[in-house]
This record gives sequence, C-alpha cells and structure tokens, in this order.
Amino acid sequence: MHPAFSVIFLTTLIGAGQGLFLALYTGQLYSLANLLPVQSDKFYAVGSLAAIALLIGGLVASVFHLGRPERAWRAATQWRTSWLSREVIVLPAAMALTFLYGLFHYLGWTDPLFVISETLPVDLTLIIGALATVATFLLFLCTAMIYASLRFIKAWHSPLTVANFLFLGVASGFMLAAAFSAYLGNNLVSFYGTWAVVATLLGAITRGFSLYRNTRFRCKVDLKSAIGVHHSDLHQKAQGFMGGSFNTREFFHGKSEGFLLMLRYGFLLMVFVLPVILIVLAYILESTRLPMAAFVIQYFGLLIERYHFFTEAKHPQNLYYQSMA
Amino acid sequence: MTQLALVIDLNVCVGCHACVTSCKEWNTSGWAGPLTDQRAYDEDPTGTFFNRVQTYEAGVFPHTETYHFPKSCLHCEDPPCVPVCPTGASYKREDNGVVLVDYDKCIGCKYCSWACPYGAREIDEKQRVMKKCTLCIDRITDMTLPESQRKPACVLACPTSARLFGDVHDPNSVVSIAIREEGGYALQPEWGTKPANHYLPRRKTRIQIHEDELVRADNPLKKEQLPSLPEGGETLDDVAW
Repeated sequence: MHPAFSVIFLTTLIGAGQGLFLALYTGQLYSLANLLPVQSDKFYAVGSLAAIALLIGGLVASVFHLGRPERAWRAATQWRTSWLSREVIVLPAAMALTFLYGLFHYLGWTDPLFVISETLPVDLTLIIGALATVATFLLFLCTAMIYASLRFIKAWHSPLTVANFLFLGVASGFMLAAAFSAYLGNNLVSFYGTWAVVATLLGAITRGFSLYRNTRFRCKVDLKSAIGVHHSDLHQKAQGFMGGSFNTREFFHGKSEGFLLMLRYGFLLMVFVLPVILIVLAYILESTRLPMAAFVIQYFGLLIERYHFFTEAKHPQNLYYQSMA
Repeated sequence: MTQLALVIDLNVCVGCHACVTSCKEWNTSGWAGPLTDQRAYDEDPTGTFFNRVQTYEAGVFPHTETYHFPKSCLHCEDPPCVPVCPTGASYKREDNGVVLVDYDKCIGCKYCSWACPYGAREIDEKQRVMKKCTLCIDRITDMTLPESQRKPACVLACPTSARLFGDVHDPNSVVSIAIREEGGYALQPEWGTKPANHYLPRRKTRIQIHEDELVRADNPLKKEQLPSLPEGGETLDDVAW
C-alpha cells in the first residue's frame, strides 16, 4: 500500500494522546492507593490539555485523508458494520471525556462524592477518568481494527495489529508523561519511565512477531486465480493504460527493498532500543533532558514504523498491475 | 431476488477496447459523470474509468495464447466494500443487486478501495468521491428505452458479443445458461465474495476422426459396390422415382 501521511500522523498522534491520558489516570490511581505522592490538580489539567492537543492534531491530520471533509459527520452513521465509523464516534467521545477530566481537575472539583469501604474516596475526576479510560481503550481497538478487519490484506489481518497499536500508543504516551514530569521536575519520572519501558518492550514483542509474520507468508490468491486462467506460465502484457491510474498509485509504495530494510532497522532502533536506553540512563544520571529526548526519538520512530506498516501490506489487486509491455 | 451481472467470454473477446470507450462515453455524460481526466493530452495522462481491458499471455513464444481480459466491478453478492463504508454511501441495490455509490454521501476516504480485492473502485480526482461501474444503472432501469436498449453501454458496444448481460439468479437467463453450459467461473473465489460477474474460459471444440472411420476396413455385404450399368447406358427404368 502507498503510505498515507495523513493516516500516519493520525494514528501516531492520537496514540500518544491516548497513552498520555492513560498515564495521567494511572498516576492518579496510584496516588489514591498511596503508592505515589499526590500531584496538584494543575499537573492533571495541563497533562490533559497536552493529550487533547495530540488528539486534535490527529483529527486535523485525518481531515487531509478525505476527499470531502465537509461531509465527515456522515461517517458516524454506519457504526453497526464499519470500524472506521466506530472510530469516528469514539474519537470525539474520548476527546470530550479527556477534556472533562482535565477541566474538573482545573476547576478543583475533587471533593469526594462518596467513599467506598471507608478507604476509597470517589470524586468526579475518578468517575470521568474511568469513562475516559474505557473510551481510550475502545479508540485503540477501533483504530487498529480499521486495518485488522481487512481480510484481504493479510499483513494487517491479525490480532497483532491491535496489540501493536495499543502497546506502541501506550508506550509513547507514558514516554511523554515521563518527559512532562521531568520537565516539571516532579518525582514521577521513574514511575512513568518504568511503565513506558514495559509498554515499549511489550510492543517490541508484538511488533517483532508481526514483522516476522509479514516477511514470510504467501498471498492466498495468485494471478491464476485473479484472472481464472490456470496456466503455469502466465504473464501480463498490458494493464489497459500506459499512464497509471488510481490502482497503480494507491496500492504500490514503489520503494526499494534496501530502503525498506533501512526503515525497518531505523524504527526498531528509534522505537524500541534508544528510548529504553535513554530512560535507563535518565534513571541512573537523574537527568531531566533524557526522558524528553526518549519521547521525541520514539515519536519519530513511530512515524517510520507506521510508514513501514503501510509498505508491509500487499493488496491482492496488485496482481492485476504487475507489468506493462 | 434478481442479481444483474455481466458474463464476459474470454474465448470471444478480441481486446478492441470498444467497451472501455463506450463505457467512458456513456457514463461521463450521464448519471455517474463526469468521469474526469487529468493531463489527458500531456505526459503521464490519467483519469477515471469504470472498465479496462488488460492483456495477458500464457506460454512461451511461439506456443502462446493471448487473453484479453476486461476488468470492471464484479457486483459481488457479498460485497466487502459495502459494510466498511462509514457513511453508507456504498450500497447494494435490493431490487437488482447492483453495487453503487451515492456521490452525495461519499466522503472520499478510500476505505472501500482498500477493502476490494479486485481493485474495482477509484477516486474521481475532480469530484473527490469514489466511483465504480454502475452496470449503467441509468440505462438498464430506464423504462422509456426499448427493451433491446436496456443494457449496459459496454454490452451494446461489443462487436463480438463477448459480453452478456442478465440475471444470474434466473436459471433460464442467457447469462445463467452461459455460466452453466460454457464453464463460467468467478475471479478470486477463495475470498468468498461471490462475484456476480462471471467469465467464460477459452475453449476449443475438436472432433476426433480415426482413419478407419473414413475408410471401411471390412464390408461384408459389399454395399458400396454398385450394380454394373446395363448396356447402352441408363434408361428411365433404371431410375428410382
């Protein structure tokens, strides 16, 4: 498939935004359990603002993918059958809930509404945060299923796609939370850094498996089945045109094997190896700059990873466009 | 339920592209139009087409066989492009099974083209919506046309009658008979999309004649030995009336 930059930015930006929200809410839950020091409401409010900004950035990027963005509201109608439609519903819901989560923290509406078992004080942010967490996980599912549900594109048609979107999004979000904490100079850097490393390593396992899987399978159909001529020596002479068409532009990446190999090593290094090393170094050196570097490097690595994700997909329609005499 | 479809006879198609040009001509000026072109008279021309004729070759010269392969939307009975559409712009008509796009609802997200294994859909660069073969829905449902004209433009244009049009769910239709009796097949049947359009394979009809069928090896009754003519030649009495 031809990599669509609008979609590359959409999936990486909202992934980081969703991960950042999950990091903030995880931090709040830990402090509730007295495992972490309590943070100021401003920390959650500013963090939520950053998460919202990333989600909006993704939404803006996605608009460039559409031919008729002014009709995009119609895309919410087919949620019964289309994962894309489900994403169109869940994305604004996650944005709204994240916004409310940040707003309630900003307004300081954190007085407990009621107390469960005399130990767990439940306030408005805890409830909204729980709802936003559900929406965030649903959004990961919807975004990934857009690709994983296409049964003709075998490279994407796998639960590994969902796992990759989830772990890589969470990893970049926790990286950002670590960078944010390092910037503020609070004591959550090692907490967020640890979880960022855990998510990165989980992502390394699932992405590694999907890379391995995608380099060694054969397409279910071949040219014989595509045109129904069962001859052992079959080749194309003409595509019906000389100047290209949507079929030759949308479904071919046109990049050399060497370039793709470079991208593969590049993103493996930038997404998985360097950020983990930088976080460990930051822990040892107690550096505040290194977590920021880890996030930035991992985010650019994820852009390459998503580009590579598109080039891995081999669309069966390409069988009809293999050569021109 | 009716399922209108094309049956394309690869045994007869000569690859003249008349179906391509007549399709473009009819549809660019009709309900589905315009089918815009970009750089039509410059380098690297491209544009929107519903139908293309490709050419394939089997074997090694001189023992080759050339296949001209017209390629358009197959109007699947279980179309994978329809459920993925987020707006409902892509739909399959209940009454005749034709898969269509509502250009007023389409947002041009191209997701349907990703979901079609046949590459039957493309984006119109001018209108920025997805387009595909409509089976000339504005012709075949136009009751003001005489029945002989209520066929897709490609079918009417084909000089060798390689394209048949009809209801594949009616066992007595011309298309069903052709599929049944001439070995009609679907493309990429592995996916279970059940394409309504079918193709008829190359076929050669040969009869085997053995030498002893031409010359009798034995002839016990000597039937072929004519009685000798009477002297003086034939008379009227020798002729059977």
